[in-house]
Amino acid sequence: MSTPPETDAYAPERETTEGTVYTVTGGDWDTITDGEHDERIVINMGPQHPSTHGVLRLVLELEGETVTQARSVIGYLHTGIEKNCEYRTWTQGVTFVTRADYLAPLFNEAAYVKGVEKLLGVEVPERAQIIRVMLMEVNRIGSHLVCLATGGMELGALTGMTAGFREREEVLHLLEYLTGLRMNHAYFRPGGLAQDLPVDWKEKIDEFLAVFHSRLGDYDRLLTGQPIWKQRLQGVGYLPIDGCLALGATGPILRSAGLAWDQRKVEPYWGYDQYDFEVPTETGADCYSRYLVRLHEIHESLKIIKQAAERLEPGPVMVEDRKIAWPAQLSIGSDGMGNTLEHVRKIMGQSMESLIHHFKLVTEGFHVPAGQVYTCVESPRGELGVHLVSDGGTRPVRVHMREPSFVNLQTMPAMSEGGMVADVIAAVASIDPVMGGVDR
Amino acid sequence: MTERTGPGGTAGTSKDSEGGAEPTGGEQSSAQRGGAADEQHAASGGTAPEPSEVELAGLGDQAVEGGTRPAPAGRERRGMFGVHGTGDTSGFGGLRLPAHAPAPAERPFGGWFDEVADDLVAALDERGTRGAIQQVTIDRGEITFYIAAERILEVCRTLRDDPSLRYELCSAVSAVDYGVDVPQRLHVVYHLLSMTYRRRIRLEVALDWAGGAENPHLPSVVEVYPTADWHERETWDMFGIVFDGHPALTRILMPDDWDGHPQRKDYPLGGIPVEYKGAEIPPPDERRAYS
Repeated sequence: MSTPPETDAYAPERETTEGTVYTVTGGDWDTITDGEHDERIVINMGPQHPSTHGVLRLVLELEGETVTQARSVIGYLHTGIEKNCEYRTWTQGVTFVTRADYLAPLFNEAAYVKGVEKLLGVEVPERAQIIRVMLMEVNRIGSHLVCLATGGMELGALTGMTAGFREREEVLHLLEYLTGLRMNHAYFRPGGLAQDLPVDWKEKIDEFLAVFHSRLGDYDRLLTGQPIWKQRLQGVGYLPIDGCLALGATGPILRSAGLAWDQRKVEPYWGYDQYDFEVPTETGADCYSRYLVRLHEIHESLKIIKQAAERLEPGPVMVEDRKIAWPAQLSIGSDGMGNTLEHVRKIMGQSMESLIHHFKLVTEGFHVPAGQVYTCVESPRGELGVHLVSDGGTRPVRVHMREPSFVNLQTMPAMSEGGMVADVIAAVASIDPVMGGVDR
Repeated sequence: MTERTGPGGTAGTSKDSEGGAEPTGGEQSSAQRGGAADEQHAASGGTAPEPSEVELAGLGDQAVEGGTRPAPAGRERRGMFGVHGTGDTSGFGGLRLPAHAPAPAERPFGGWFDEVADDLVAALDERGTRGAIQQVTIDRGEITFYIAAERILEVCRTLRDDPSLRYELCSAVSAVDYGVDVPQRLHVVYHLLSMTYRRRIRLEVALDWAGGAENPHLPSVVEVYPTADWHERETWDMFGIVFDGHPALTRILMPDDWDGHPQRKDYPLGGIPVEYKGAEIPPPDERRAYS
C-alpha cells in the first residue's frame, strides 16, 4: 500500500509514552516496518482471548512467526482468597480456598483441611479418608478432561473439546449427586466431611465407572494416534527435567520429563499407599508426552475410585471431638439444605447446653494451637501446598496456597521462546494453568 | 526513602551491597532484641528460657555466631469477643494469653532432623558461611531453620548444591505478617524439597522491621532457585518486602500502580455493610473477632 499512514483513515498512528502506536489493517504492513526490524513485532494476546485458558495475558515478541520473547501477565483474577481467610474461622476457610483452582476444588479443600488437621493434631476417620480419596480422583478426571478439551479446542480439535466436556459433565453430575454441588463443593471440613454420602452412592459410582470404561478409548481413537494431533504436539513445548526442577514445575509437566514424582506415592496421605495404581511417566518432555501422561492418569484414577468404592465401610465421617466436629448433620428440607429436624428439635426444645455449644462453634469456631505447617497434596497440576500459620485463635494468621498453576506458568517462556507463535498455544495448553489458582 | 542501616543490606537494590560490608551494630541490636523478647515473654506469664536451653545444642559455632534469640512470632491476645474497654460483661475481658514464640528444638531432634542439621552446619562451615542459623524449631514433624536475613542466599545455595543436602526444588517462597505490635512482624518463609532424600524443610527469616514507610530488604534467591522469581514478586506485591538482586521485582497480582501491600495486617480487608432482614451486617473485618 502506498498511502502514507498519516493520511490513511484505517491506519492512523499516534504517539504514546511507549512509542508510536500503529493501527494496521489489511495489507498495510509494509507502510510501517523499517529495514532493521522489518519482521519484529510485539503482540499482546489476552487477557480476553479464547486460546489463553482464561484471563491470561501473553506478551509475545515475534520475528516473523518465531517467538523471540514471551512473557505472561497475570493478576486479572486476583480475588484475595488468602487475605479473606484471615477474617474467617478455620472452617469457613474451606469455602474460600475451594474457589482458587476452580477445576480442582476438592484438591484445594484437601490441602487446606490436611493442614488444619495437622495443626490440630487430629486424624480423620477411615471412611472420611476413603471418601476424600475417591472424590479427589473423580475430580482429577474432570480436571484432566477439561485440559484435554480446552487444549484440543485451542489447537482446532473441536471434536476433542465436545467429547471432553461431555465426559466432564458426567464427573460434575456425579459430584453434584455426592456432595451437593457441581463445583466449589466445600465438602471437606477440618476433621472430616460436611456430611456423609447419599445412600445410593455405590450405584452412581458404578454407573460412572462403566461410562468411563466405555468412552475413554475414544480419546485414543480420536487423538492419540491422529497425525495432525501428533504433529502439533510432538517436539513442541520442550522442557527437560533440569528445567522443570529449576522452574519448580511439578505434576504432569515433571512426569512428562521422566521423573515419577507424585505426592500420592512419595508422601502418601489418607491411605494412598494402600491403593494399587501406577504413576505414568513419559520421556518426551513435550506437549504430546504431557497429553499422554494426563490420559494415563485418568485410567489410574479410575482404578483408585474402584478400589476406594470397594473398601468403603460404614462408619463416622467426622472426628469424635465435639470441640471440632460440627454438631449438626445436614439434611434436605422443604426449604433447601439445613440442619436436621432432630438436631433443631434438640437444641431448641430440650438442651440449652447443646444450643450454646452449637452457637459457639458456628459463630466463634474452634481454637487451633499456635504454630505453622506446610502440607501438600498431588493436584491434577502438581504439588498443591498450603502454608498455614495459627496464633492459637479461631482464625488463621496466614493462609498461603502454593498453587501449581502459578508456579508451572513460569515455564511458559522456556517452552515457547524460539518456537513458532502457534506453538505457544500448544505449550500453554499443556501447562494447563487455571487462572483462579494462578491469581487466587 | 531514608537510608536503612539494619542487617539485610542498605536501601540500594544492587546485589553486591549485601555480600560486602558487615552491617555495623547488627550483632548488638540482635542481642538487644533477644533480651526484649525474653522479657516480654516472661512478663506475659511464660517461663523465660535459660540461655543454655536457647542455645542450639550441638550446633556449636554456628549458634554462637548467629545469636541466641528466640524468633518472636505471634501477638499477645487480650480478652475475647473483640470488645475492649467498657461493654464486656462476659468476664473474658481479663483473659491474657502470651504471644506465641516457637520453642528452640533440643538435641536429639529425632529422625533425620539431626542429620540434616549437622550436614547443613558442616556444609556452611565448609563454605565459610558463619552465623547463618539463628534457631532450629521442630513442630508437628516439620523442621524450621531461622536464618539471618543477609545469609539466606548462601544458605539456599548450600542447600541446593551440597551432595548431602540436595534441596533441588524450592516449593514456595512466601511471607507472614504476625501483626503490627510484633517487633519482627514480617517473616519470609521458604519451603524447600529434597527429591533425592525425600525431605522437606522450612527456612524462615525474621526481618528487622517494625513498620514504617520504608520497606524491609533481604537478598533474592532467584539466582539459586529460578522458580522463586514469581514467588518473590508476589511477596513484594503482597507484603512490600524488597528482594535485592531480583531481576525484575514488579507487582504481579495487583495492578502496577496500586498503593499499599494488601497482605499486611494493617491493610484493611475492605467491604461494605450489608442489610439483611432489617439488620445491618458489618463488613468482615469489622465483625466481632473471637481471638
